[in-house]
Amino acid sequence: MAPAVILLLGWMLVPLTATLYFSFKKYLPLRGDSLENGLEWVGFQNYTRFVGSSSFWPSVQTTLIIVGSVLVITVILGVLLALLLDQPMWGQGIVRILIISPFFVMPTVSGLVWKNMFMDPINGILAHLFRFFGAEPLQWLSQASLQSIVLIVSWQWLPFATLILLTAIQSLDSEQLEASEMDGAPALSRFWHIILPHLGRAITVVILIQTIFLLSVFAEIFVTTAGAFGTKTLTYLIFQRVLESQNVGLGSAGGVYAIILANIVAIFLMRIVGKNLDR
Amino acid sequence: MGQIVLNKVQKKFDDVEVIPPLDLTIEDGEFAVFVGPSGCGKSTLLRLIAGLEDVTSGSIQINGRESSDIPPAKRGLSMVFQSYALYPHMSVRKNIAFPLRMAKLDKAEIKSRVENAAAVLNLTDYLDRRPGQLSGGQRQRVAIGRAIVREPSAFLFDEPLSNLDAALRVGMRLEISELHKRLDTTMVYVTHDQVEAMTMADKIVVLNAGVIEQVGSPLDLYHNPKNTFVAGFIGSPKMNLMTGEVAEKAGAQTLGVRPEHIAVSDSAGEWSGVVGVSEHLGSDSFFHIHETGLAETITVRADGEVNFKHGDQIFLTPRTDMMHKFDGGGNRIV
Ligand SMILES: Nc1ncnc2c1ncn2[C@@H]1O[C@H](COP(=O)(O)OP(=O)(O)OP(=O)(O)O)[C@@H](O)[C@H]1O
Ligand SMILES: [Mg+2]
Repeated sequence: MAPAVILLLGWMLVPLTATLYFSFKKYLPLRGDSLENGLEWVGFQNYTRFVGSSSFWPSVQTTLIIVGSVLVITVILGVLLALLLDQPMWGQGIVRILIISPFFVMPTVSGLVWKNMFMDPINGILAHLFRFFGAEPLQWLSQASLQSIVLIVSWQWLPFATLILLTAIQSLDSEQLEASEMDGAPALSRFWHIILPHLGRAITVVILIQTIFLLSVFAEIFVTTAGAFGTKTLTYLIFQRVLESQNVGLGSAGGVYAIILANIVAIFLMRIVGKNLDR
Repeated sequence: MGQIVLNKVQKKFDDVEVIPPLDLTIEDGEFAVFVGPSGCGKSTLLRLIAGLEDVTSGSIQINGRESSDIPPAKRGLSMVFQSYALYPHMSVRKNIAFPLRMAKLDKAEIKSRVENAAAVLNLTDYLDRRPGQLSGGQRQRVAIGRAIVREPSAFLFDEPLSNLDAALRVGMRLEISELHKRLDTTMVYVTHDQVEAMTMADKIVVLNAGVIEQVGSPLDLYHNPKNTFVAGFIGSPKMNLMTGEVAEKAGAQTLGVRPEHIAVSDSAGEWSGVVGVSEHLGSDSFFHIHETGLAETITVRADGEVNFKHGDQIFLTPRTDMMHKFDGGGNRIV
């Protein structure tokens, strides 16, 4: 085997085996369990307990809602923004950099900025805006907690989608658009019949890459709601089990569930959009 | 149906005048060819007619209707692009049907028109393929199919054959000419290949830097070129243009004679020279003659059997009735 393959296998297999190993053990470091003393084999107990917890299904649901909503928002807005940025306009270079910039802000930082600068019910910019229009400021992170998380994460990922879609739009042969114009297609039909199919592959790439990262969204939740108000994703639940409850075995079982969920989502996505890739 | 009239049409890109004001009439049913060197504004002129570019000033009439302000789709014209511009994600059938779908024709009508066009263009077996699965010639035919189903009042072609190999080009040239005979629709065809222009056109428009140098039938341009530019551009190999003593004796600044109007001999003739490169095509032979004292090289065309070698002494006799005289401004002296 080539060294790269061995490295890659080790890279993936070591954490995976460790997770699998712990998920079948009772491992509560604070109660004196340690690797030196040997861990008690508990079979599938961690697995049944993890699923049995009342937080499990809501966390799966929350995860899927966040992933789904962010995908829809970033793809739709990304296409629109890319169309807009493709138009010749004054100050194009600067506008493009501005649009891309959120991508360079670390998730933790952007979570904090949104929480304290925009969504703070007393001093946040949005609160001032609401008051300016005579409305009662929204308690963003408690009253519309899930929507707020979706908003923050979408803001983070919109630049990525826009950038990929913009390069795709720019690769469209302008003669195709002119031909469709001569064929009598109005602007909306040109978008629908020519531009959108041309973007199919880029949209697929955006969806697949974003899904991988969105399934493990964490920092944005950690610094804003800390998993409260129905924003506990599967990743966040595992974090709580391992670090807050100090139950490594239970957390590891959750990790295995997360892997399974990711695979189900991936297979599902491949079915729907993956056929775009082999054209 | 299908008359196109350009009236003082001018086009500037920013401050660069690509087409100075020009007048041109293309009659109904005519096959008009725009020729000229690269960058002379052929495509721009075609795109102005199509409506893909706006005129800076002047007006365009199509079918007697003022069209400068009408959007491309409403001008009743079809265009075939150099890159074919097929829609890659649609099957051949959908590509050809696209303009009809946009015109909201009913399904049965679309189907019959598409199948008709496919039959005319030998595409019936490929209707369910994607453009990416077709050869260059087949793609070209799909592009033409998409243009003819709309039954436009005129077709516009922008160098449609330039991506094809030589053999296919000759075949498609015939097909397009045949299509024109059958449909009897106005066609405007852009090319930089003067052979295409000569063989296909009813009317050739020779362009140079956006200016129309001459308009006429192929034979008219061949026999009576208005100036040295047209004389040099039409005909293959190019007309020999000579200056100096020989021209002055004929009362001209420049004297032109085509390669096919010079007789060659190994013993006697009016001019003499030394054979440089010879090109044997089988049917004809072209000789490039040096050291004639007339021009740097004189090209002559002789029968395929005539055989001179590099360095041979050769004698030339031009046909005096086939000489073209031009004045100091390069214009023909009648
Ligand atoms: N969109 C544009 N903006 C600025 N200048 C342009 C534009 N399109 C064409 N031109 C200029 O107009 C001139 C004519 O271009 P055009 O494409 O009509 O040439 P052409 O005769 O079709 O040449 P070719 O045989 O190479 O296709 C060229 O000098 C070109 O640089
Ligand atoms: Mg051109």
